[in-house]
Amino acid sequence: MKKVVEGSHAVSEAVRLCRVQVISAYPITPQTHIVERLSEFCSNGSLKAKFLRVESEHSAMAALIGAASAGVRTFTATSSQGLALMHELLHWASGARLPIVMAEVNRALAPGWNIWTDQTDSLAQRDTGWIQIYCEDAQEALDSTIQAYKLAETVFLPVMVILDAFFLSHTYEPVDIPDQSDVDRFLPPFRPSFRLDTRAPAAFNQLSPPNVYMEMRRDLQDAMESALHALLSIDDEYRSFFGRSYGAVEAVHCDDADIIFVTSGTISSTCRLVVEKLRRDGEKIGLLKMRLFRPFPYSLVKQWTLKARKLAVIDRNFSFGASGIFAQEIRAALCNEPKRPLVFGYVAGLGGRDVTPELLEEIYWKTKTSAHPESESLWMGLQHPAPAA
Amino acid sequence: MESNVQDREYMCSGHVGCPGCGAAIAMRFLLKALGEKTVMVIPACCWSIIAGPYPQSTLRVPVLHTAFETGGAVASGVRAALDLQGDRETTVVTWAGDGGTFDIGFQALSGAVERNEDFIYVCYDNEAYMNTGVQRSSSTPYGAWTTTTPGQEWKKLRKKNIVEALVAHRIPYAATASIAFPEDLMRKVHKAKGIRGSRFLHIYASCPTGWRLPSELAVKIARMAVQTNIFPLYEVENGVRYTINYMPKGYLVREYFKLQGRFKHLTDADLEEIQRMVDEDWELLLRKAGLSPGAAGPIATPSRASVPFRG
Repeated sequence: MKKVVEGSHAVSEAVRLCRVQVISAYPITPQTHIVERLSEFCSNGSLKAKFLRVESEHSAMAALIGAASAGVRTFTATSSQGLALMHELLHWASGARLPIVMAEVNRALAPGWNIWTDQTDSLAQRDTGWIQIYCEDAQEALDSTIQAYKLAETVFLPVMVILDAFFLSHTYEPVDIPDQSDVDRFLPPFRPSFRLDTRAPAAFNQLSPPNVYMEMRRDLQDAMESALHALLSIDDEYRSFFGRSYGAVEAVHCDDADIIFVTSGTISSTCRLVVEKLRRDGEKIGLLKMRLFRPFPYSLVKQWTLKARKLAVIDRNFSFGASGIFAQEIRAALCNEPKRPLVFGYVAGLGGRDVTPELLEEIYWKTKTSAHPESESLWMGLQHPAPAA
Repeated sequence: MESNVQDREYMCSGHVGCPGCGAAIAMRFLLKALGEKTVMVIPACCWSIIAGPYPQSTLRVPVLHTAFETGGAVASGVRAALDLQGDRETTVVTWAGDGGTFDIGFQALSGAVERNEDFIYVCYDNEAYMNTGVQRSSSTPYGAWTTTTPGQEWKKLRKKNIVEALVAHRIPYAATASIAFPEDLMRKVHKAKGIRGSRFLHIYASCPTGWRLPSELAVKIARMAVQTNIFPLYEVENGVRYTINYMPKGYLVREYFKLQGRFKHLTDADLEEIQRMVDEDWELLLRKAGLSPGAAGPIATPSRASVPFRG
């Protein structure tokens, strides 16, 4: 059924449809609408879940670690400082192989205080062992949340479903909300092989000396490596159920493109318009939308980009002392290929600054007319350009 | 002597605690009182190690080891999941040291008991961060040496009164217990098990290693802590109803201090100051229990006669 809903509420609807059993959350702007709607669902009985109104994001994740260890399906949502506060426990969730799903609304980190969108919060968690899925619109946020449970419970890793603050979380769009019966068939009840059980006592997460720790880490990596295939297969199955699929990356006009934009999140939508316009003008341009960031889809990135001459990677994030994070990852993915495109890194839209079609066009022409990248990352749209080094 | 302590052990041999570890003794009695329908949540503490490395475990109940500051929150999640699965029979217990309770874990503990989560939170108190090698905590008593309060920098601040902090949350049940009084300890565990909502047990668990104490005196020192009023045994129901479980005979605190290396730097004047603090705390507790410190009768403040200890 199609309804006009807010991006945040698309996630809440998905959580309800997945029959999540324990929700634990602490409010932080701009995540609040997700958990407020879930509180309503719990209150009016449309979702039979226990909602733990904890005293911090740290405890929100800790409580889910307890609940998931005891064998139930769990959810939380956070953003920015809240995600940073959770950081330690993100490692616990993945190390314990718990299929927790979390919505993360991309928001800039302070100081200065900024509630608007910026991916540095989630990308700073890239080494925590969480699968990361970046969403472009409300429909994708809903569909990704449902897919996330199936993926998490297939490979036994936690999944972060990521939405841009306000551009996505607070925007109303028509969204097709699936029927409960279809979701029930797609996503069976959670039945873990191991859980806290007084009839089969066992110790979880205990002291693990050097003779076993490394193998445990390798097992986690094996699970991560299997997650790409698992996601693609779940995505296919999802299409057969619901008629929509997204892949791990989406390639638009990449087959014959000289220059390919690489984007993630809501900038992808703006970029689609720019690509269509430039194509009409005869430019051989393509778009590669990154949906999956962890595990990093190396094979797919290579498959779609190696024939191009140049890539223009748009990073709404930054790793200080290095460059935009997607650009780093894409350079690393391609570096051993004898014939590879030049990677131009562009930092844009930090702290919610608008990334307009005009700015993307400017990036295109800059990429086309430059023989080589001037630096690891060019900061675009600055009001006060940095002095030359 | 007849005992109602059950024979069944839920702690196997092979734990890796130090000789004379009070925390190992405390766990053994706790589980005897709780039985097998127990899920144990253990945030980082000595017991993260004592329980044994993968793939062994010294406990015959499910154990969830977790991050230092999460005892209150993780237990909340476990309880929620068991409730969702229709399991109201299993008791969820958080088992944390003084660091994970008084300090880094206090926020999650306070949050959980404010929500009146249905679990037992046990703090086994060895009065410092013993797992990392004897650093001060807010449970370290006035006068103590630790590796972060060395030499003349010995701790000149009082121990945080954790039971009173929990009582201030008006939880259904809070109590102190000691490894030297196992029947009292197990009675309180039984009582806590029969109550719904947040229950807190503060168990005095001596640490020969950190206290610079001969291992064989671990239980004796715990008994002396109670007998000197350094660690009174009492219970508080619903944040208001105080019951003192043991009335001391009036031993002086200096006897307790002189057996332990961690206090050996203290002068007579320091010991007198500590005696004053202990007396003050005890009188406050008597008042809370509705007992007048100056009143005559069997529960009056004991005389100050120095009675020699018999271990």
